[in-house]
Amino acid sequence: MKIIVAVKQVPVRDSAIRVDAAGKWIEEEELSFEINEPDAYALEEALLLKDQHGGEVVVLCAGPERAGQTIREALAKGADRAIHIQCDDLASLDTLALARRLASAVEAEKADLILTGLQSDDLGLGQTGVVMAEMLGIPHATIVMQVEILDGWVRVKRELEDGWFQWVRMPMPALVTIQSGISPLRYATLMGIKKAKTKQVRRIAPDQLPSAAPPAVRLERVYLPQRRKETQMIAGTPAEAAAKLADVLKFEVRVL
Amino acid sequence: MSGVLVILEYRGAWNRMSWEALAAGRQIAAQMGQPLAAAVAGANLEGAAADLAAKPLARAYTVCHDLLGEYTVDAYVAAFEQLIHSLDPLLVLFPHTYQVRDFAPRLAARFGQTLIADAIAIRLDSGQPVFVRQLLQGKLNADYTHNGAGPCFASLQAGAFRAEAEVVSHGGAGGAACPDVAGPPRRSGQASTACPTMEFVPRLEASQIRSQPGERFRESAQTVDLSAASLIVSVGRGIKEESNIPIVRALADAMGAELAASRPICDNGWLPMERQVGSSGQTVSPKVYIAVGISGAIQHLVGMKGSKAVVAINKDENAPIFEVADYGIVGDLFEVVPALTAAVRKAKGA
Repeated sequence: MKIIVAVKQVPVRDSAIRVDAAGKWIEEEELSFEINEPDAYALEEALLLKDQHGGEVVVLCAGPERAGQTIREALAKGADRAIHIQCDDLASLDTLALARRLASAVEAEKADLILTGLQSDDLGLGQTGVVMAEMLGIPHATIVMQVEILDGWVRVKRELEDGWFQWVRMPMPALVTIQSGISPLRYATLMGIKKAKTKQVRRIAPDQLPSAAPPAVRLERVYLPQRRKETQMIAGTPAEAAAKLADVLKFEVRVL
Repeated sequence: MSGVLVILEYRGAWNRMSWEALAAGRQIAAQMGQPLAAAVAGANLEGAAADLAAKPLARAYTVCHDLLGEYTVDAYVAAFEQLIHSLDPLLVLFPHTYQVRDFAPRLAARFGQTLIADAIAIRLDSGQPVFVRQLLQGKLNADYTHNGAGPCFASLQAGAFRAEAEVVSHGGAGGAACPDVAGPPRRSGQASTACPTMEFVPRLEASQIRSQPGERFRESAQTVDLSAASLIVSVGRGIKEESNIPIVRALADAMGAELAASRPICDNGWLPMERQVGSSGQTVSPKVYIAVGISGAIQHLVGMKGSKAVVAINKDENAPIFEVADYGIVGDLFEVVPALTAAVRKAKGA
């Protein structure tokens, strides 16, 4: 079985974020980057399926030079090879244009299954995988907690609202978007890190990419959100702040 | 191209977020001077049609087909694709439900469009709608525009628009015309407000539908009802390790509060799933919600922003949780929480 895992490199969680001078995107210079968390779980699910059924796991990532680090880490964890779509214009693309790039890079791979995280931690649109499935003409399911493979079919447990779930069966090839936290993540072993250096990374240069149509949707401006609520910040040492808060809970909110 | 079309969600009962989307649609349609229409898909939509007939809408569409009875991506995309082709709207709005997240991006792609997903506001700028979305888990806002060629698709975040406005402003003297999730009040035969409701029958074949959905189910009976709790102490990633959970449990015990958590804590098995607050867990509205080491990702906020008072304790002063907090302490939870536990015990003893 051949599984493709589409992963994205995003700013490390809890990074201090600064808007860039043009107000169009964030200052990336001082940021550290890591694999998008839901994509890490998609990779884990792919590696688990390979452990069970054999086959090959191919990592797919679009991004600038620095995305190579995320690719190497995925290879060190056990992915067999990778495809790096080299581009530094991700922030200016809409989902359709990005999904087109991803789809065209893997079309010839004829994978049985494509996995990706349910959304990215930076843009959070939650649709790149779905649109990629449309581009490839294959069925998809989103927000998946469990994946089973049986005789050319994939059976997935979809998360619905308010604690409801549903099993859905689809013929393969299919695309599945994975929910965070569905199984513990493995760490790369020393052996894995060594081996990663010898694994194949197919690089697709910007001039080999399908030409991007003008985006239907454009990100015009990013800015700090205005506080919707007046937050009363309580200052002082931990003991002072705690004492003040206890007073607030007792005399203002009256719950103690 | 003309008009604003809002796609609602109905499964024997309305998904309440439908009315939030309709409120958003009504607001932007009025600003744009465009007619407002609504549509809903299913196999048996008589009840839905009666509810919609009482709404002040230019038109309502029931997209009816046996193959739309149980939701599948393929049937929904094909059915709404046909409806949108025939109506040719400027703007198509959805509530950002799990179901919409599943099919709407694919539907938009059929039209060469990108869904503007999970918008929190829409405003008109030089006659063009501008959509506000959150980036980086609520740390930043972003304005998105559409190039105007072809229909624009957008989904709206839970709680971003007030469904109540939809109820109050159009309910009339007879009370709410807006049906709620449970027991919708039906008002029929009121010609003065009646909205023309049309059945739209899409062409669908069973062979088009590739996925086979099973029954919807719940994992286990929920034994903890956080929605009834009046005090909640909730813990997030900031707690770092399972062995630190007793620190927040002690605070909850001192206050007589229920202990709850954000998703990662339950995913790790540090607290049971039934104590999870957020879009995939429980929705709560206690008198006081104390968020400890919770950054405030939107999936969490939708589950707790109805709380009467929110207290946030977090080391990152820019954490989005402070956006919804009434009281905040920026500090190390490992110092602040034990101090607070002691202060609460003292305040209660006094």
